[in-house]
Amino acid sequence: MVQKHALLKETPSQTAGPYVHIGLTPNVSGIGGVYAEDPGATMKTGPVQGPEISLSGHVYDGTGAVVRDALVEIWQPDAAGLFNAAEETRGTPDPNFTGWGRCATDLDSGLYSFDTVKPGRVPVADGRLQAPFITVWIVARGINIGLHTRAYFADEEAANAEDPLLTRIEHRARVPTLMAQPEGDGKYRFDIVLQGDNETIFLDM
Amino acid sequence: MTDPIRRNGYLVRDRDWQPDALTPAYKTSVARSPRNALLSFPTGLAEHSAPVFGHDMLGPLDNDLILNFAQPGEMALGPRILVKGRVLDQYGRGMPGVLVEAWQANSGGRYRHRNEGYRAPLDPNFGGCGRTITGPDGSYEFRTVLPGPYPWPNGMADWRPAHIHFSLMGHAFAQRLITQMYFEGDPMIWQCPIIGSIDDRQAIETLVASLDMGETLPMDARVYTFDMVLRGRRQTFFENRWEGL
Ligand SMILES: [Fe+3]
Repeated sequence: MVQKHALLKETPSQTAGPYVHIGLTPNVSGIGGVYAEDPGATMKTGPVQGPEISLSGHVYDGTGAVVRDALVEIWQPDAAGLFNAAEETRGTPDPNFTGWGRCATDLDSGLYSFDTVKPGRVPVADGRLQAPFITVWIVARGINIGLHTRAYFADEEAANAEDPLLTRIEHRARVPTLMAQPEGDGKYRFDIVLQGDNETIFLDM
Repeated sequence: MTDPIRRNGYLVRDRDWQPDALTPAYKTSVARSPRNALLSFPTGLAEHSAPVFGHDMLGPLDNDLILNFAQPGEMALGPRILVKGRVLDQYGRGMPGVLVEAWQANSGGRYRHRNEGYRAPLDPNFGGCGRTITGPDGSYEFRTVLPGPYPWPNGMADWRPAHIHFSLMGHAFAQRLITQMYFEGDPMIWQCPIIGSIDDRQAIETLVASLDMGETLPMDARVYTFDMVLRGRRQTFFENRWEGL
């Protein structure tokens, strides 16, 4: 026998199910009056620094159908690359920017949308700079464990070309699945494909 | 110069303990499960950080589902329960400041939702959502009614066992988790295709809250205890103290 060391197991994930909106976005699901505002509904609490953008898109399943009952969360640094988080030790983040957003895909159109800012670049442990990106997390009925991915920006060619995560992707044809596409006027489109030919790259973390 | 041992980041997620993406008995997973391998990479601050929530965001009834949607002077219908426990990391340390959000069907098994198709009645005094933030030792509690089991469109005779959905926002996006809590002694647990997405029986048992009659609130509520565990952040011993706590 070998020594036994106790390390607790992580609680197993279970699907968010079709009624995730009741718990996480009650106001938009018609359960008003319980919370003043749904958490993550607003990322800007005042005038923000840096370019303001919107990030929106659809979630598609393996048959190409729009997923109308998903919930998307995003997490990102401010325009200077600083997170509004306890772990941030490199400086003071924009006090009017939370960095965290939550949006259910519309029950009719399936569209999700965030009003946010263009994130700054953040270094990795060895000091190399990452390209600007937004962390994206998707849950829905039929998704047994939440899916993590990243939205990079297709118009950041130079930064993307040296990004530590993008450059380690072996299947180069899949890299565009991580790119939010500029549509002008600060609008970016980021569609998420759960399965199939253009399946989004999801991250193990 | 010595090369410092880097213990940055979180313990690796045990994917054998977690459900697979594709679990055909749960039919909706078939078209919503990625087919490609997940991309591994060295995680960084984006994954090791998360938004901070203060107790000032909470209303006094946010964790009381019996009252938080009820008309003044009225209450939600059903067997009254208190669900309490702690949020721990894998090292067993209580995690303070975790946003815990909960949602559930009413005591008849009916959700207050546009897409709900079960014919059981709505309770006009029950909304079904609650939230709290864990205390210094990771503790949380909700007062609610026992949710009813309900049928759902999967197999022709599939019913969900009584359950409460939980969402946890810990100290890092790498810990982000949604799960469901079940109730001790419920035979439906072992027939459910969603629970069956988890292979390991011991893993399923960690989702079953225990009925603690010793803690019962006299003439008020039974108590169920349910602890949840988020991924542990690795510790580094640095200049005579542990970092990463
Ligand atoms: Fe449910």
